[in-house]
Amino acid sequence: MAEVVKFGRPKGFFETFERRPGSIKKNMSYCPGCGHGVLHKLIAEAMADFGIQDKTTFISPVGCSVFAYYYFDCFGLQVPHGRSAAAATGLTRANPDSIVIGYQGDGDLAAIGFNAFMQAANRGENYCVFFVNNAIYGMTGGQMAPTSLLGQKTATSPYGRNALTEGYPLKISEMVSQLESPVYVERVALTTPANIMKARKAVRKAIQINMEKKGFAFVEVLSGCPVNLKMKPADMDKFIDENMTKYFPLGVYKDVTAEREPVVRPVPTFEKADVEKALYRELPGGDQEHESCDSEIFNRELRIKIGGFGGQGVLSLGLIMAAMGKYRNLNVSWLPSYGPEMRGGTANCAVIVNKGPIGSPIVDSNCDLLVVLNRPSLDKYLPELGENGVLMYDSSTIKEVPAVKPGQKAIALNTGDIAEEFGNLKCANAVMLGAIGAMLTKHYLTPADAAKFQETAEAAIAECFAGKDKIVKMNIEACKLGFDKMQAAL
Amino acid sequence: MEYSNKLLLKGNEAVVYGALLAGCDCFFGYPITPASEIAQTAAEKFPLLGRTFLQAECETASINMVMGAAAAGRRVMTASSGLGISLKQEGVSYIATMELPCVIIDVMRGGPGLGNIAPEQSDYNQITKGGGHGGYKVIVLAPGSAQEMCDFAALAFDLADKYRTPVYILTDGVVGQMLESVTLPAVSPRRESPEWALDFKVNPRTNYLTSIYMEAADLEQVNIHLNEKYALIEEKEQRAEEYLADDADYILAGFGICGRVIRTAAERLRAEGIRAGIIRPLTLFPFPEKAFRKHMGHVKSFVSVEMNNGQMINDIKLATDCSRPVSLVNRMGGNLITVDDVVRHVRQLAQGGK
Amino acid sequence: MSQTVKKTFRCHPEPDECKGCGRCVSACPKKLLKLGSALNIMGVPYAEYSGEGCVGCGACFYTCPEPGAITIYEITPEA
Repeated sequence: MAEVVKFGRPKGFFETFERRPGSIKKNMSYCPGCGHGVLHKLIAEAMADFGIQDKTTFISPVGCSVFAYYYFDCFGLQVPHGRSAAAATGLTRANPDSIVIGYQGDGDLAAIGFNAFMQAANRGENYCVFFVNNAIYGMTGGQMAPTSLLGQKTATSPYGRNALTEGYPLKISEMVSQLESPVYVERVALTTPANIMKARKAVRKAIQINMEKKGFAFVEVLSGCPVNLKMKPADMDKFIDENMTKYFPLGVYKDVTAEREPVVRPVPTFEKADVEKALYRELPGGDQEHESCDSEIFNRELRIKIGGFGGQGVLSLGLIMAAMGKYRNLNVSWLPSYGPEMRGGTANCAVIVNKGPIGSPIVDSNCDLLVVLNRPSLDKYLPELGENGVLMYDSSTIKEVPAVKPGQKAIALNTGDIAEEFGNLKCANAVMLGAIGAMLTKHYLTPADAAKFQETAEAAIAECFAGKDKIVKMNIEACKLGFDKMQAAL
Repeated sequence: MEYSNKLLLKGNEAVVYGALLAGCDCFFGYPITPASEIAQTAAEKFPLLGRTFLQAECETASINMVMGAAAAGRRVMTASSGLGISLKQEGVSYIATMELPCVIIDVMRGGPGLGNIAPEQSDYNQITKGGGHGGYKVIVLAPGSAQEMCDFAALAFDLADKYRTPVYILTDGVVGQMLESVTLPAVSPRRESPEWALDFKVNPRTNYLTSIYMEAADLEQVNIHLNEKYALIEEKEQRAEEYLADDADYILAGFGICGRVIRTAAERLRAEGIRAGIIRPLTLFPFPEKAFRKHMGHVKSFVSVEMNNGQMINDIKLATDCSRPVSLVNRMGGNLITVDDVVRHVRQLAQGGK
Repeated sequence: MSQTVKKTFRCHPEPDECKGCGRCVSACPKKLLKLGSALNIMGVPYAEYSGEGCVGCGACFYTCPEPGAITIYEITPEA
């Protein structure tokens, strides 16, 4: 006579539960007759049969199955209440070759974690979820679950669940099957042996879908909680089969396994050449940088503020000037106003260039160069102009000559009109850039630096509008035009 | 094609560049002003390298995705601002307890409540004291420029790995939004999965990560272990920049954008003949107590410059055992502190002989 | 001449791993299991097998929530 085990302790469990405190090392911590144990066995058996334990992570939720990692012989991760689907997303995205098993109760999945669950399902994350629906909260001691039935008395619905106050039980399988992404959705029950064998089939199918990387597989399991529902196990099964299944019908809600291709995730690269290509800046004409400039004004912080109406190119004018500073090997900072203010009307930015390190990037006083493209900006920022500061403004919108203090200069150019004549009002900022160049050339730059202005401006414009060749060309021309007009006017 | 590693970047962009250069594999986040450019830059750059960018459905999900990817052994980051960070704190507590490394960026905005989107520094207490439930701490770095946003990303990942802890990069809307020239560091090789990771390619399946300890004695041991680690971090990882501090009568302290304002203010005060210097904390946990204590002997008083209701000032008082007066220059609600505000304050201190 | 070897089965409930829920008792199609009156180490009456008649269907095994409280052995007569 030879005796072999036909059905016995699944190999997906640890032989003894050493992680479990106390003296009981062969049993799990669940109450007598609890459905968790039944489902755990089906999962453990499938993991072992499929030979996937080495690459599987079982996510323990918050709820009675919080200690699932005591039992399953695979990687374990215990996560916050309701966050299983998000953690699973992180795991499977980070390591697409791993197998991830989510396991959640009705509070964890259908209440506190409902959004995370539905979103992961909707993204078609490649993992499988076993949802234990026992219509009650177990771990906390018999409170109402989102799946408690109408009229069901619980610790927090002592008069029975009422649709008008607590709403209807959530039909998770029905809902999740309406989404495009999920591959497989089935509801089973852990009651009669026949139903348990159907559940076994569903568990194995969901794990196989995960192994084949076909995406999101979901099995809702109607399961007994005899202690909290205050029933004997046999009555418990009757309650599920006669009451729960009326509202939560069993069956396959969705199965598109056959038509789904495996999910393919990109393979990350850490190669030096790839990373440099993605992050470093291309230099089509080789490296033209690191040319110093000797003009006196750059020996200390040159504080620039630009103000105007949103859409006048205030921020990009500042960006171009900052880029020019960088091309001449100066330290630069550019600080925009941001948020609704920028979208609602006025916009401003502060630019500082300096040979040495830049302190505060904020320009709210001692401004060396104030550029304003509309009247409100003039009113707002003129008080910030420093002792010997230069104001440059668009005289096509600011008609009155601003009253500057002795020592300050006010220089006007009708940049708006010039840009309109040029053919694009949006180039007024580039016209102003040229005007600034002419002003600097006349008053502040060494001949060597002045000779470099146009070339530097062109490189900066090209960088700021990279990939938009027409806009680059137009702005370069507008800048030249502004330079010439300003030079003639000075 | 030739490439240049010198770029003009916003602080929010620079931190993503720095992270990718440091081998960050995954980004999970949710948009929020003034931190959104971080998610946007990550959305653009991560896929170019086959790495993972995912816009999560909420802040809570994003931190738990971070938990999952960190558990899998990857370098992973997320970013948000004040109120979004509040939502993440539950997850950070778990991550800290499980001792998973990750990097979290907080670009602070005006609070409390919905507040506004203007820059503030009012998450100081929330972040430097841990942030979520339970007695854990996190390393907090405080960059003050786009270059530091870039460089501190690599530092943050290295410290996160070294101490198995979440590391925050805590800055304000100004530093996040400000564009400066940045010299990108060299490309780091991929960091292999640590031996505790749930990564089947290198580790046995006996690895597991949890933060529940039902026995009081066990949980106490976990707390003791964590606090020993925090003590080691306090001993080894204090960082601060000092400037003109060695002979200073007045030491100004500020981080983030305030660290820049006080630098300019100190220079102006020196020009007026007032001996001012600065300590700019680069780590907020651990708080750079040693730097403050070093100068306790010669300073007349410390000045804490903060864009909040006065939070770091308490750490200065603790660091110096209240042996010198510490005064506060602050603005709230998203208002910036000007160099003038600081100069005026110190001038008054000097005139009063304080 | 070939002869069909009749397989037999043996159900073994492990007394000290049984929590006495009785699910196996209802599940067995042959009604071969019952809860006895003796108590195990957990202090509950445990499932007992009648000693013969098991058909090896596995109903009791899959219905039992405990990992190893029930084992079904397949017995093949030696050739």
